Amino acid sequence: MSADLQTQFDALIDADERIEPRDWMPDAYRKTLIRQIAQHAHSEIIGMQPEGNWITRAPSLKRKAILMAKVQDEAGHGLYLYGAAETLGVDRAELLDLLHTRKQKYSSIFNYPTISWADVGAIGWLVDGAAITNQVPLCRCSYGPYARAMIRICKEESFHQRQGFEILLTLSNGTPAQRGLAQDAVNRWWWPSLMMFGPPDADSPNSAQSMAWGIKRFSNDELRQKFVDMTVPQAGVLGLTLPDPELRFDEETGHHHFGEIDWTEFYQVVKGNGPCNEQRLRHRVRAHEEGAWVGEAAAAYAAKQASREGVAVA
Amino acid sequence: MTAKISAGNTDPMARPRFIYALRLGDDALILAQRLSEWASRAPEIEEDIALTNIALDLLGQARALLDYAGTLEGAGRDEDDLAYLRTEREFTNVHLVEQENGDFAHTIARQLFFSTYQLALYEELISSTDELLAGVAAKGVKEAAYHNDHATQWTIRLGDGTDESHRRMQAAIERLWPFTPELFESDDVDRALAAEGVGVDPSTLRSRWALSIAEVFSSATLEAPQTTWSSHGGRRGVHTEGFGYLLAEMQYLHRSYPDAKW
Ligand SMILES: [Fe+2]
Ligand SMILES: [Fe+2]
Repeated sequence: MSADLQTQFDALIDADERIEPRDWMPDAYRKTLIRQIAQHAHSEIIGMQPEGNWITRAPSLKRKAILMAKVQDEAGHGLYLYGAAETLGVDRAELLDLLHTRKQKYSSIFNYPTISWADVGAIGWLVDGAAITNQVPLCRCSYGPYARAMIRICKEESFHQRQGFEILLTLSNGTPAQRGLAQDAVNRWWWPSLMMFGPPDADSPNSAQSMAWGIKRFSNDELRQKFVDMTVPQAGVLGLTLPDPELRFDEETGHHHFGEIDWTEFYQVVKGNGPCNEQRLRHRVRAHEEGAWVGEAAAAYAAKQASREGVAVA
Repeated sequence: MTAKISAGNTDPMARPRFIYALRLGDDALILAQRLSEWASRAPEIEEDIALTNIALDLLGQARALLDYAGTLEGAGRDEDDLAYLRTEREFTNVHLVEQENGDFAHTIARQLFFSTYQLALYEELISSTDELLAGVAAKGVKEAAYHNDHATQWTIRLGDGTDESHRRMQAAIERLWPFTPELFESDDVDRALAAEGVGVDPSTLRSRWALSIAEVFSSATLEAPQTTWSSHGGRRGVHTEGFGYLLAEMQYLHRSYPDAKW
């Protein structure tokens, strides 16, 4: 590695310009990006499961259509992101292998079960809402292909959040039983959503480097606060309460103060001990293994075609 | 509800049209429901997206047709009443669309058989004197052409792919073949509406379908199945055993909260 290249790279970062696939980049930068983009892609793919769980049971045809389109969007996000990761010199099959063998992670939020229809609403509102908060700054990420993928993704995520909000609003204004479903779902999804921003800044050792590289723009705690400030008033519109007795608006800071997050639970889920870790991965591996013969067939057919065309040309 | 039904549409031609719209709508709805079971389970992410696309197209067709059926009936039933509150015996879809997904080859075979039929049907229905049916067909014909192309490409790849895929694809067409004659059965409703220029007599689509399927089989190195029995009764509301489970899953939530809006 020549010092020149490093200097050029640093200058691009300092000037807030984009790094493109053909540019030189430090190994650690490349590795960090691959890990982050892959984890993000895996989250989109695993994230199809909890909501996909309700497609066949959606309570109206309109809701069914919206939910199908949403889950399909998540598959599309996975594709954009695997595509962005591939510009860094890894391929999708390799990354999926790392997911299937538990060497790469996905967002822990998807390790909670969707046990009622209202959970589909809560995921759209809170989980997609938290994802947007996390992802909007990534549209300015220093790595070009990732930033561009995020611009496309963020547009769709705001539609996801709106449909989730609408589901909850309808339930909240519905029968007492429906309202009960909505409140129960929000009670279960609130804290896990706050955990989506990752550990507190003090316990997030890699964050500083990512900030210096222009991959990350705000700290975990800043993003979490932004999300809480955005979400609390929306809960008011929904007429639902958030399960935190300490939650209150702090006039002095201009922010909502919220209670202590149970980090023991967070680390348990990250380590694989959440309610659905086993199930989600088993489901994914099963789809992969049961479908392997299809990919093999497509490859064999393409090879036959190529050789037939080769013969025809000769 | 009872009062509304007795006060229903009194136009004598509305009843056959209602039945006809319901049949087309039920076919599309039930196939969409089956296809949607694939979400997050497809062999490749691209296929997850493609199968959902097809399901969404069919669901869109179903909603337009069921909504129209409700209007024709004049009893105040909307698309959701028709989808969620009828029992097994009141659904009039063909047996083919209710068959379980099986492996990817089975899903593709079902889609090939159905989309070839639906493409031919919509190509005719475009010139229906009924504006709504003609409109559904005009939009649906492009969708069915895409579904048909997707299924055709996969049938060929799987049939002419590896030994395993060939064996699976051959097994799939054999398993689903007995459900294809029902697509072309016609009764008084079909014939009366065809005579009026409103509907299409499905029996007239059979030879086109057979020709198109034979071509695909040949490109896919598959052998046309030689089965002797065939499955019938869907249009009269007599279904295969698996259908009740499909409805149970599809309808349970809606039925659990009878006075709810979603
Ligand atoms: Fe997404
Ligand atoms: Fe989303």
